[in-house]
Amino acid sequence: MRWILDNRALIQQRTSQHLWIALPPILLSFVLSIPIGWLAYRFRRSRSVVLGGLGLLYAIPSLPLFIALPGILGTGIRDPKNVVLALVIYGVALMARATTDGLESVDPDVLEVGTALGFSSWSRFWKVEFPLAGPVLLAGIRVVAVSTISLTTVGAVLGIKNLGLLFTDGTQRNIPEEIAAGVVMTMLIALVVDAALVSAGRVLMPWTVGNR
Amino acid sequence: MDGRKPLNVAEAFRWLFDSSRLRGPDGIMQRVVQHLGISGVVLLVAAGIAVPVGLAIGHTGRGSKFVVAFAGGVRSLPTLGLITLIALQVGIGLRAPVFALIVLAIPSILAGAYAGVQSIDRRTIDAARAIGMSEWQILAKVELPLGRSLLIGGVRSASLQVIATATLADYVGGGGLGRFIFLGLKTNDYPQMLAGSILVISLAIASEATFTALQRVTRVRGLTAQTTTAPIRT
Repeated sequence: MRWILDNRALIQQRTSQHLWIALPPILLSFVLSIPIGWLAYRFRRSRSVVLGGLGLLYAIPSLPLFIALPGILGTGIRDPKNVVLALVIYGVALMARATTDGLESVDPDVLEVGTALGFSSWSRFWKVEFPLAGPVLLAGIRVVAVSTISLTTVGAVLGIKNLGLLFTDGTQRNIPEEIAAGVVMTMLIALVVDAALVSAGRVLMPWTVGNR
Repeated sequence: MDGRKPLNVAEAFRWLFDSSRLRGPDGIMQRVVQHLGISGVVLLVAAGIAVPVGLAIGHTGRGSKFVVAFAGGVRSLPTLGLITLIALQVGIGLRAPVFALIVLAIPSILAGAYAGVQSIDRRTIDAARAIGMSEWQILAKVELPLGRSLLIGGVRSASLQVIATATLADYVGGGGLGRFIFLGLKTNDYPQMLAGSILVISLAIASEATFTALQRVTRVRGLTAQTTTAPIRT
């Protein structure tokens, strides 16, 4: 406990660094997955190619991907950009599938009603399909958020600053409290972000509240 | 380490195909065998625990909330933190990563085994009971054959996770293919790091291919198997 109390500032700093790396990929995955998921949903033939290809990307282990990206992009090995991009790749791989599944979960009769009411296909998408796919999208982004936050720590073995540095530093200096603090903070952030997403879902999709 | 990309990638492949690196105590073969050895042992132990428990939960329907909560909790658990924390308790070497990897692999297999049994039409099981099958017979002759595709799907996710995460084993001196990555990191030898990474990626893809084929072979005709949750990424 001593170590934790003495190093509150460090833990705070690592936490905010962690959020700066982890939050943008979560948001980006959600946004990028809308067109990609729609593509796989709308054009059945592209489905296996798009989702299959993303599934293959998801199979690439993270540390090797963090290392391979600099070779492809020409960035430095300790550049946080590699981690951010890798996390976007994983996020999109999960989220595009969730988006496709979500759009597919919408009752086709409802879509016909939308068309009959005079919606253009663009406004029907945003006002009918997208909101009704919401619960599935929410489930998807919750998984993405939690795994992204946890995965960010792996970048620390390359020296990228986030809560994972508490693991590497704690190992080198033999301070179990430091590692434990990192583990707890990582899980805490994941919990808070997850709770925030659930609340956002309740506000944005009031029709799902109280549905048993 | 310069940023010129073609050089780096080409050098990594030159590193990989240098025959003098293939054999010997620190050779590529040795590390691949170690990596697969760690992963194999972990999967066997994890399956030994998770398959019976998952089947029991699926069969009785009791404890299903626990499966979901456990899988969610482990997803947020940072693996590197778990490995290093255990390593400080039990010491440098293989024990910490093996233990951490088992913890990591259990939820996927558990969820697969549970989902496999759970996905079966209740009427099929009621029918089996009605014709006089014992609970054990229902498990062995109805639930296991019908649920095996999802069960293997769970093992597939676990295998991918374990092969990926076993890369971190060498951070606490556990060996495996992570050795090339961490050695390269220490000596600023990017081609070696990239070569190690390419090897891990190849193993991960080989694992996916193997289990995809296995799932295809064991698929039950007329049964649409849903996919289980995404593997926990490491």
